[in-house]
Amino acid sequence: MDFQDKKAIYLQIADYVCEKILLGQWPPGERIPSVRDLGVELEVNPNTVMRTYDFLQQKDIIYNKRGIGFFAADAATDRIKSYRKEQFLETELPQFFRTIYLLDLSLEEIEKRYKAFVEIEFNANKVE
Amino acid sequence: MIELTNLTFGYTPKKTMFRNLNLSIQPGSIYGLLGKNGAGKSSLLRLMGGMLFPTAGAVQVAGFTPRKREPAFFQELYFIPEEIYLPSVSLNRYIDTMGPFYPKFNESQFRKYLSEFDVPPDQKLTAMSYGQKKKIIISFGLATNTRVLIMDEPTNGLDIPSKSQFRKIVSSSLTSDRLMLISTHQVRDLDNLIDGIVIIDENEILMNHSLTDIEERLMFSTLSAVTETDRVLYAEPSLRGYSVVMENVGQEDTKVDLERLFNAVVTNRSGIKTLFR
Repeated sequence: MDFQDKKAIYLQIADYVCEKILLGQWPPGERIPSVRDLGVELEVNPNTVMRTYDFLQQKDIIYNKRGIGFFAADAATDRIKSYRKEQFLETELPQFFRTIYLLDLSLEEIEKRYKAFVEIEFNANKVE
Repeated sequence: MIELTNLTFGYTPKKTMFRNLNLSIQPGSIYGLLGKNGAGKSSLLRLMGGMLFPTAGAVQVAGFTPRKREPAFFQELYFIPEEIYLPSVSLNRYIDTMGPFYPKFNESQFRKYLSEFDVPPDQKLTAMSYGQKKKIIISFGLATNTRVLIMDEPTNGLDIPSKSQFRKIVSSSLTSDRLMLISTHQVRDLDNLIDGIVIIDENEILMNHSLTDIEERLMFSTLSAVTETDRVLYAEPSLRGYSVVMENVGQEDTKVDLERLFNAVVTNRSGIKTLFR
């Protein structure tokens, strides 16, 4: 895993866990790696991974079965999406706004490009 | 688990190195001890290990007074010095000789670490390179399972893959009743591994906080310009303007940049002190 500069490590690990769940590598309802195993894999302090797991528990994305371990919640996918959406609107969107403002890009131009992007990336197969 | 109370120490009576130092650190954590060259990191570690004696004040480690050098104390402390020494014997002989000093020493754990570090098990210890020897000492130290493990610049001499192995092994061997204290200049080697920071400068302890505390109070960011009102504690020019350490007013969780933290702490003592009061 490549750690970036900006975000606190426990949050970057949270993103990593969420991605594993979204990609289906750690399916909802199933056990996820222990704090210790993930700490070793990512070369981070186990206390930091524990902080991540506490954080994801608060968001109801994972849960703890006492004595057995941590599991991805059944509704994990939906909850991750709403957590990500919140994050995007709070931090990534303002940065995007800042850039288009500085570069004098109009919202019409952005909209046009957005539509073309969605067409190419997501609708190309549906045309047939 | 390690307590310094009004510790005073000097190598000669005229030259005092530490005066009335106080420090308290707890088990369940990996502490990084940071300081410039000559700040007294190694001296401090040696005082904790009973290799140097305080002039005044007290040192307590795992409930023992190190200067008394009780056998029960040495069963609970492993000290990895910067300059290492290994006798001219085989690995098996080393295990048979040194293992019994540590009641919780685990041989299979030791051999597992060695194989993870890619150290050949059948060579004479003195025939090995500096890096290989260092890996033997680190593996042995971790496998003694002492309650206190002190490492002075452990990543010196390790190659790139070994540094990554080092982080994995250290992370895996932290338990809630174990305290690890690592001194280093190579803060990037220990990034994400340490969760407590002790900074020593000009013979004073300027910081002793968990990373969580530091994240709560400080923000690490990049600004295009530095103005008075930004609550900036430290700034250094960077490609995109200024890399800064500022007061975390907006409760943002940013990653602690250890090098920048260190610079902020040693250059803006009063600002940091006020914030962490």
